[in-house]
Amino acid sequence: MDVRSQISMVFHLDKCIGCHTCSIACKNIWTDRKGAEYMWWNNVETKPGTGYPSKWEDQEIYKGGWVKNGRTIRLRGAGKFKGLKTLFHNPSLPVIDDYYEPWTYQYEHLFNAPEGDDQPVARPVSLITGEYITPKAGPNWDDDLGGSKEYARNDVNLQNLSAAEQEAMFQLERMAFHYLPRICNHCLNPACVAACPSGAIYKRGEDGIVLINQNKCRGWRMCVTACPYKKSYYNWNTGKSEKCILCFPRLETGQIPACMHSCVGRIRYLGVLLYDADKIHNVASCDENELVQSQIDIYLDPCDPEVIKAARANGIADSTLEAARKSPVYRFVKEWELALPLHPEYRTLPNLFYVPPLLPTMAFVENGTYETISETFWAAIEKSRLPMKYLANLFSAGNEYVIENVLKKLMAVRLHRRNVTVGDLPEEEVYGPMNEVMMDKDTADAIFRLTSLPLYDERFVIPPAHREEAMEMIESTADVKGNIGFGFKIPPKRGL
Amino acid sequence: MSWIKDLISPKTRQWEEFYRNRHQHDKVVRSTHGVNCTGGCSWNIHVKDGIVVWETQALDYPLLEKSLPPYEPRGCQRGISFSWYLYSPVRVKYPMIRGALLDIYREEKEKTGDPFKAWDNIQNDPAKRKRYQQTRGKGGFRRVAWEDALEMIAAANIYTVKKYGPDRLIGFSPIPAMSMLSYAAGARFLQLMGGVNLSFYDWYCDLPNSFPEIWGEQTDVAESADWYNSKFVAVMGANLGMTRTPDVHFFSESRHNGTKTVVFSPDFSMVAKYADKWVPVHAGQDGAFWMAVTHVILKEYHVDKQTPFFIDYVKRFTDSPFLVQITKEGGKYQPGRLLRSGMISKYSVTENSEWKFLNIDSVSGELFCPGGSMGHRWDSKEGNWNLKYEDPETGKSYDPVLTLVQNHDEILQVDFLEYGKNNIASRGVPVKYLETLEGRVAATTVYDLIMAQYGVDRGLGGGYPNSYEDSTAAYTPAWQEIFTGVGPKTVLQFAREWARTAEVTHGKCSIIIGAGVNHWYHSNLIYRASTMALMLTGCIGTNGGGMNHYVGQEKLAPTDSWATIMTAKDWQGVARLQQTPIWHYINSDQWRYDGNQADYNTVPKNDLSSMHSADLVVKAVRNGWMPFYPQYNKNNFEIVRDAIKAGAESDEQIKDYLVDKLKKKEILHAVVEPDEEVNFPRVWYIWRGNALMASAKGHEFFLNHYLGTHHNSIADEVADKFVKDIKWRSESPKGKMDLIVNLNFRMDTSALYSDIVLPAASWYEKNDLNSTDMHSFIHPLSAAIAPVWESRSDWAIFRDISRATSELATKHLPEPIKDIVNMPISHDSPGEITQPQIKDWSKGECEPIPGKTMHNIIIVERDYTRIYDKFIRLGPNIRQGLGAHGNSYNCEDFYEKMLDDKNHILKMDGVDYPSLFEDEEAANAVLILSSVTNGELAHRAYKVAEKKTGLILCDLAEGSKDIRMNYKDLQSRPLRYLNSPIWSGLMTAGRAYSAYTYNIERLVPWRTLTGRQHFYLDHEGYIKFGEHLPTYKPSPKPEVYGELRTSIATGKAKILNVLTPHGKWHIHSTYGDTLRMLTLSRGMEPCWLSEEDAAELGIKDNDWVEVYNDNGIYCTRACVSVRIPKGICIVYHSPERTYSVPKSEVRGGRRAGGHNSFTRIHLKPNLLLGGYGQFTFHFNYWGPVGVNRDTHVLVQKMNRVEF
Repeated sequence: MDVRSQISMVFHLDKCIGCHTCSIACKNIWTDRKGAEYMWWNNVETKPGTGYPSKWEDQEIYKGGWVKNGRTIRLRGAGKFKGLKTLFHNPSLPVIDDYYEPWTYQYEHLFNAPEGDDQPVARPVSLITGEYITPKAGPNWDDDLGGSKEYARNDVNLQNLSAAEQEAMFQLERMAFHYLPRICNHCLNPACVAACPSGAIYKRGEDGIVLINQNKCRGWRMCVTACPYKKSYYNWNTGKSEKCILCFPRLETGQIPACMHSCVGRIRYLGVLLYDADKIHNVASCDENELVQSQIDIYLDPCDPEVIKAARANGIADSTLEAARKSPVYRFVKEWELALPLHPEYRTLPNLFYVPPLLPTMAFVENGTYETISETFWAAIEKSRLPMKYLANLFSAGNEYVIENVLKKLMAVRLHRRNVTVGDLPEEEVYGPMNEVMMDKDTADAIFRLTSLPLYDERFVIPPAHREEAMEMIESTADVKGNIGFGFKIPPKRGL
Repeated sequence: MSWIKDLISPKTRQWEEFYRNRHQHDKVVRSTHGVNCTGGCSWNIHVKDGIVVWETQALDYPLLEKSLPPYEPRGCQRGISFSWYLYSPVRVKYPMIRGALLDIYREEKEKTGDPFKAWDNIQNDPAKRKRYQQTRGKGGFRRVAWEDALEMIAAANIYTVKKYGPDRLIGFSPIPAMSMLSYAAGARFLQLMGGVNLSFYDWYCDLPNSFPEIWGEQTDVAESADWYNSKFVAVMGANLGMTRTPDVHFFSESRHNGTKTVVFSPDFSMVAKYADKWVPVHAGQDGAFWMAVTHVILKEYHVDKQTPFFIDYVKRFTDSPFLVQITKEGGKYQPGRLLRSGMISKYSVTENSEWKFLNIDSVSGELFCPGGSMGHRWDSKEGNWNLKYEDPETGKSYDPVLTLVQNHDEILQVDFLEYGKNNIASRGVPVKYLETLEGRVAATTVYDLIMAQYGVDRGLGGGYPNSYEDSTAAYTPAWQEIFTGVGPKTVLQFAREWARTAEVTHGKCSIIIGAGVNHWYHSNLIYRASTMALMLTGCIGTNGGGMNHYVGQEKLAPTDSWATIMTAKDWQGVARLQQTPIWHYINSDQWRYDGNQADYNTVPKNDLSSMHSADLVVKAVRNGWMPFYPQYNKNNFEIVRDAIKAGAESDEQIKDYLVDKLKKKEILHAVVEPDEEVNFPRVWYIWRGNALMASAKGHEFFLNHYLGTHHNSIADEVADKFVKDIKWRSESPKGKMDLIVNLNFRMDTSALYSDIVLPAASWYEKNDLNSTDMHSFIHPLSAAIAPVWESRSDWAIFRDISRATSELATKHLPEPIKDIVNMPISHDSPGEITQPQIKDWSKGECEPIPGKTMHNIIIVERDYTRIYDKFIRLGPNIRQGLGAHGNSYNCEDFYEKMLDDKNHILKMDGVDYPSLFEDEEAANAVLILSSVTNGELAHRAYKVAEKKTGLILCDLAEGSKDIRMNYKDLQSRPLRYLNSPIWSGLMTAGRAYSAYTYNIERLVPWRTLTGRQHFYLDHEGYIKFGEHLPTYKPSPKPEVYGELRTSIATGKAKILNVLTPHGKWHIHSTYGDTLRMLTLSRGMEPCWLSEEDAAELGIKDNDWVEVYNDNGIYCTRACVSVRIPKGICIVYHSPERTYSVPKSEVRGGRRAGGHNSFTRIHLKPNLLLGGYGQFTFHFNYWGPVGVNRDTHVLVQKMNRVEF
């Protein structure tokens, strides 16, 4: 058992508003500069939709992630060695049109325009060419089903749905959408690390954050191709690739990453998971329908004395173990099995988990009249909008049972709480569904509390970084106190 | 897996400093966003190297009850983008004046050597005036020094006051709660001058008229945490994820606590995805759905089963047991007015008996007059204004009869009009015959009338529907389907689950409602229809229940002290506060384009209901129902001078002189001749708002008639065929305004079209206060950095304008002078019981008596050399006490204490006054003197309320008596404000605020006629307009609404109903022009089209389109989406015309406008009524609202796009 500690996240999609506050919190702090305009380390997508960059989930195009290769796995696209061949021409890289051409406006014109015979206006101007443009794409172009014909209907996750099922998703009776906020998954088996020819990408030992060393990066962009989530971006100004750093300067000071701090839907949770690194290979190589369960199995019980012993042997601090025991992520992922990885079939073992959304009950239209009714107070999960298969394609490598089970649990909690707070439903309507998912009242209450009532420090449990210990390995901590901030501020130079 | 190794060695990771350095910052300061948004979110502003770098949400709100989710974090994608503005290229850095004006002015100044004379010369030369007016909005700005700008402003002020009177100075600024002092700055200046402040809540169409109608309340709602207490939430017209971004978590969190959620919205919206059920009711038809829901509730939960909780509730807290006269006209029985106690010999000699109402005692069968009515409110003997079922005359308590169905003298067949299908149904109503001083009258209860109106058959005979499936009779589930497109099964399940939840939880069903409903012409009826379902199930005035209307931001928590500072009532007793919708309707000449409302408003035919809206406005102003400034076709100062010349010696005699002249029509109200030059508004101050675009309903008419510049309207003038009282001039004036001054931190449309643009400090650069109805905290704006470049805070700017104006007055208006102020009859004053019938003195129907049959007339003295001196000092009238909403308290001792603080006083003529020089001083004055931030004052206010009501109330303030909040306290943490009788929710010990819990639990009456919640509105005008009972009226049809009279579709175009709900990427127009929001959206505000309509029009996603009608045009790109239903299009409120807008093809190559280019004002006339109970004017409380949802446009593809 090789116990390691990983900072991991849960996003509760039933609570997501799709407001993008997270995206801007991140942009304000990290990517509001030349070369980084198009970088959205945190973005939010409308599903169904093609996302950002457009169709990122289509690995036929982008060749990201891993594929099973017998009893092991290999990178689908550029690897260290295969990558060499495509070093100077990589056809799987997203190009600017897959992202968008960043633009601004000629705002100055409103102030400077001389008196004329019509009103001056600020026209959009490309931030790349300086020429007037008409924007044709953006980081959130298909927001709320905008341009549904071109985008939502071309969602990659519709591929194995029948034509009828696909069409139904866009009819009044079954139409729905939900949001999918995304950051780097700080995977256990990161394809970007594996693909980097410069060895610039690494996973931090103490917290599992995946970083691109801005000194070592040579801008080969193999990570851009390899990351199936397209969360590594190339900075055209510095010539380096960059990605979400999980706000490590904030985490190190006991503050939550900016995107999570700003999450006004209160959908985000962060905490430590302990995992057994010896199992990564097996889990990443298992059969597709076992992917979700075997990933859950890799995470270890922080109360188990054996785990604690092995963790200590690996140098994991007691304070981290304490944090692991309070981790809200552990509860959602492991204890309750409510949160699922996004596209586990990419086999990177992502550490961002999603509680799938409950959606409105479907309706029917007869002679032009719309009816939405249910036999029970809340309709059964099977009567929800959007096909189960669609959600399964997102969160369980197509395994519908897994999704259904999660949604049934969420509904069981709601029924239980209805019973506690109102008590107007027949016994069997409440306890039938609870029994079906084998949920007891205490668990239902615990899920409810962490979903509805959590305070800030219950949503986020950050392990202390013990920076003093790291600094001590370089210089005297007493000196560090006086020197801090005098470190280099000039960004590393571009090029080889 | 040898290739994945964790990296531990700190040495190899030293480069990580790269990101650490970026994150380091020097300072964190608390502020918020100061206009237009109801969020009221506390933010931490991060400063690094003297530059604001980013903002993050504050997390330190005090917790409410443990059973509620916390408020943290609050703040959305828009708010977090604000720091972009500070250093952006759209920032206004220096004062600027329109070049054409500046040149003319400098020339005249050179000639005359005097600013006043220079301005005089310009305004009296039509060519010069036109020269600069027609360049408005067309570039040519010049940077000037502050003193140059202030000089021109002062000249315009003094010139206008002297020549026309101060009521020609106009100010507009919206939503004070968000930055109270910035708002107060301009208002205080204008009121000291005698100028006019325009209302905003009604103009923005945020005011729900049903609140005054039902509760006598402007608006009062639950804070968002209370949504969580609800067990059944219906959402309509409110896209919570989009518009209530920081609050919507309470909604989603309540779902996981067993709450059911149903969303009504024609499009699949952001909140629809949260719903258990989505009901795509046809746009604007929600009222029909709710009429049917109420039909089912009445039948099943009031008749078939008489649910004790519901029956008890309606008896105690609604007007349902009150008696209504049934009258006979033309052989038909009709519901008439409430029975007055004065009609009965037993009560005929009691005070205010015209305003007290009757019940029947269930035991004795006798008539009883319970306390709590408006008559009791204004009785000279206090202590009977309460909701105890007691007859104050005898002190006896009793149980009122709710229905006469078991015990009546006769069943009369009463006529009920159904407007949807235009039917009249005669339905049996049980009546009692009562002996009154006016003879024998038939009377029934409100409850019985409601049963009949809703078509709930109780075996009384007549045209009742025979089943739920009966679609011919109102208001069955089958009937509503015709209008909503939603089937009856959905109605039935909804109604039953609703009522069951309310019964079991004792009232924990709530409605969250927003602009998507409130902006329709008949919004008051849709609101009333849905509120009926709440009241009939006991869901008002309880935690988890409520009619939660969130449109705009009316909740300025410390309104008692703030309002006094804002209106300068610390110095003078009166203020000129204008109802804006009628003001713009008349002054921007939109009335000239309006056909007769009776053609698009569904009304019964009679003398009142067939008048043109402009004539009704004239009537409303004369009768004192509505204010209107400018007041007269003569300078007020001149009227005073003439009166004195004619022998008037006292103020009373000046008033008599004026009334006589009015009666003889020798002096006319300006509203009668709005197009005469003498009656033009002249100088317009716009600050904190986008008055020329985002809120400019009828924007193109503003450009034409106010500004005198280019416009894209081709509308025809038709009102001459209808109007009688308002004077028609064949030619409408162009360019009424002499000067438009805009305070702004960004170059928005209003700035671009103004004459003078002053650089205003942004929300991270000044001190101010903020509160909201979404939560119960009060918190500050503070300066994270000093105002950038040459910008100044609004407080400092108006202080400077005051100074410059007073200085110029020493030469041109040196003597004190008497002004006449017209004040409408006011709600929460004895004026609300003055006009039991509609009588028009100008038609000789009664004598003109100020304050009774006409508006009040008040004489005040103004000293223009002292405007500045008063602006910066808190005046002595504070000693007389403060209050709000009919409550009052003494605070003289606190005023004295302020004088003890020697660092914050200013002397004038040897007397000390508290200083208001600095904004922080003004903030502290608000906090020291308000009952919600000073616990002692809350206690005193309850004491006064105890006397008025005869109830025990002071215990509500006992626990917070020692609390005194100040500005620095708020900077360290948002604080929860205190229980106070000025608000109707109780918040003791962390309890979530829910409106009217004070009324329900403490038996304090609503400020209505009966003191109860009103099902029935017996105003003569309401009966004549057919809105006395809750009802359904269809939306005005485009053929008669008059916005497509001359627009002809060329090529492929289609008529669509255009909806302009609040958008995702802006708060009104603010933030919409930031690069952040433009990047995350589509670079402009698109026109959302359904896939079907787009296909029909040959429009593909992102194609350029023109959206237009007679009023004007907007050009944008299409966003084609399956979530939009056929027949409507959406242009989210509110794009600017400053970015990305090309020139229109259909209107001859002129720059297209914004979403308000295709709107025009339509007033709903019954909302003009006044002087009668809750139907009495108060600023932002009562009057027609600026509706816009019923607008139709043509949409077509653009072939050639030019900028």
